[in-house]
Amino acid sequence: MSNSILNSASSEPWRQTIPALHRPLLELRNLSTQYVSARGTRVIRAVDDVSLSINTGETLGIVGESGSGKSTLALTILRVLPKAARIVAGQMLLDGEDLVRKPEAEMRHVRGKRIAMILQDPMASLNPLFTIGDQIAEPIRVHEGARRGAAWRRAIELVKKVRIPSADTRVGQYPHEMSGGMRQRIVGAIAMSCEPRLLIADEPTTSLDLTIQAQYLALLRDIQREHGLALIFITHNLGIVAKMCNQLAVMYAGRVVESGPVSRIFNAPAHPYTKALLNSIPRMGDNRQRLTAIDGQPPDLSRLPRGCAFAPRCPSVFDYCRVEAPPATDLGHGQTARCWLTTPSTAGAAACAGSVS
Amino acid sequence: MSTTTSTDLPVAELPARAGLFWSTGFPIIPVAIIGVILFMAIFADVLAPHNPEVGSLAARFRPPFWQTGGTTKYLLGTDQLGRDVLSRLIFGARVSIVVGFTAVIFAGVVGTTLGIVAGYLGGWVDQVIMRITDAWLALPALTFAIFLAAIVGPSEMNIVIILGLVYWTRYARIVRGEVLSLKEREFVRLAVVAGCSKWSIMRRHILPNVANSAVVLASLMLGVVIVAEASLSFLGVGVPPPKPAWGLMLSDGKQGLMVGYWWLTVLPGCCIMLMVLSANLLGDWLRVKLDPQLRQL
Repeated sequence: MSNSILNSASSEPWRQTIPALHRPLLELRNLSTQYVSARGTRVIRAVDDVSLSINTGETLGIVGESGSGKSTLALTILRVLPKAARIVAGQMLLDGEDLVRKPEAEMRHVRGKRIAMILQDPMASLNPLFTIGDQIAEPIRVHEGARRGAAWRRAIELVKKVRIPSADTRVGQYPHEMSGGMRQRIVGAIAMSCEPRLLIADEPTTSLDLTIQAQYLALLRDIQREHGLALIFITHNLGIVAKMCNQLAVMYAGRVVESGPVSRIFNAPAHPYTKALLNSIPRMGDNRQRLTAIDGQPPDLSRLPRGCAFAPRCPSVFDYCRVEAPPATDLGHGQTARCWLTTPSTAGAAACAGSVS
Repeated sequence: MSTTTSTDLPVAELPARAGLFWSTGFPIIPVAIIGVILFMAIFADVLAPHNPEVGSLAARFRPPFWQTGGTTKYLLGTDQLGRDVLSRLIFGARVSIVVGFTAVIFAGVVGTTLGIVAGYLGGWVDQVIMRITDAWLALPALTFAIFLAAIVGPSEMNIVIILGLVYWTRYARIVRGEVLSLKEREFVRLAVVAGCSKWSIMRRHILPNVANSAVVLASLMLGVVIVAEASLSFLGVGVPPPKPAWGLMLSDGKQGLMVGYWWLTVLPGCCIMLMVLSANLLGDWLRVKLDPQLRQL
């Protein structure tokens, strides 16, 4: 435990010099988004005090259960939240520019142009009435004011880039003439059409079968390498995270409970929730009769318990967890966790909890 | 259907795109009737044997040619001013078609636009537009039309505007309902995250997707609007005489009904009935054909 104190102490000056030398592409600082019911009686903290950063060329995986705020986080970054939701605190710095305070008119030129997004369902993401060429060309025409012909030629290039054969004829076809995998690639081509710096992919492979999934992920990785793109990958599949991402953020009840480099989190998960998630993955050569599940239900976001949201389901919970929510603690090597067990000031309590388990 | 020889492998025939119109259930008779009426409307000047607005008083109340006293000079007889009924029916088709189509298009443009705006923008815009629509629908359509016609006075142009103003609400309601489900569709959300403006989303992604329903509704509304025009003309607040309109002919001929001049009312009545029936049958067929749930992409 003293080791972690040392680490966090020694990393302080290092962290201070970092922003000046090497600014992350996107930095979220204490970002909070809430849904408020029509009468204002219920407040749902869908994204709560989230701080994350991502550099060019990096892939950040965001994992968590359904309703943990992953998708709301993505919508928050693009500021396309439903009417009931609003950003209540924090900053989103894209190249040092705060997107939270940006006027809506300027925000439109960020969407699609600097930050693009891939949605979940490739079957429904394309307008059935237009050719795919038209749909790939649309953002190019909207954001770059390109002429029809020029945009069309770019569309053909993009279709080639996402490895769809005979691109010249494919651009003239309609979505229903393509398979699910192809449509998802077209959606990828639309996202790449204006050469964004950051791509947010919200469970882009859930509706594809496994072979197509693997191909699509390989394609995304190649495109990312080629363009030096930053990628935020929202998923609940830790296998995909292991394959695709170098940074990972684990969300629970709207909070990032643990974040850091994938290798560190997979080898030494600090938060009990992360540990439980990793334990629930079946592995090759696994002889268990039943897979390990996390007991209990995901919490109701409008009635979160005082203290740590994971406390009711946590195997190593102790009294103080129910009193106060743990702050984010730096564990060194870029890893942070929100758990009293990792907080130096409760080292004694941690030792106590250790004796319990 | 296959005329291939027995050595050929049986190949499943895909429904061709042209099959939309020549598939089973194509309403040949209604389309033929509408076609004939359209033809009469367009070539009225050539087809009509007499001037529809000028008659000879010497030849009043001539019956159709097959009745005693009828002549082949006036095939369908003459009215109380000695005007040729056939010519008036032919020119009346022009009035019905022009008023019917323009009023339906006018109502469609107003109603569809407001429906899309209300549905897509939501919030107070939606509330305002839909409450106006509700209030509008609560007024009895024809009474409202008579009221408006009495204010602005009868003319063909005014009738078009009045009917458009009376009937746009139906489009607004149906279109808004469709937009509500469309705007949750993934491709609209993709357009949002791709940075399209609200107006370009409405124009490029919403409008083409509601166009089907608007067209189907228009074909059904055609019948309603033609009856409404005839009713207004019948009541004397529609197309002003001496211009021949079917409704006006009905109204002019109604006194003659009791004394046996049946052709003055039955013939224009049949024209209205055939036109409306055909429009409705065509509309029903279109509705089934273009219904996204019944349609095979």
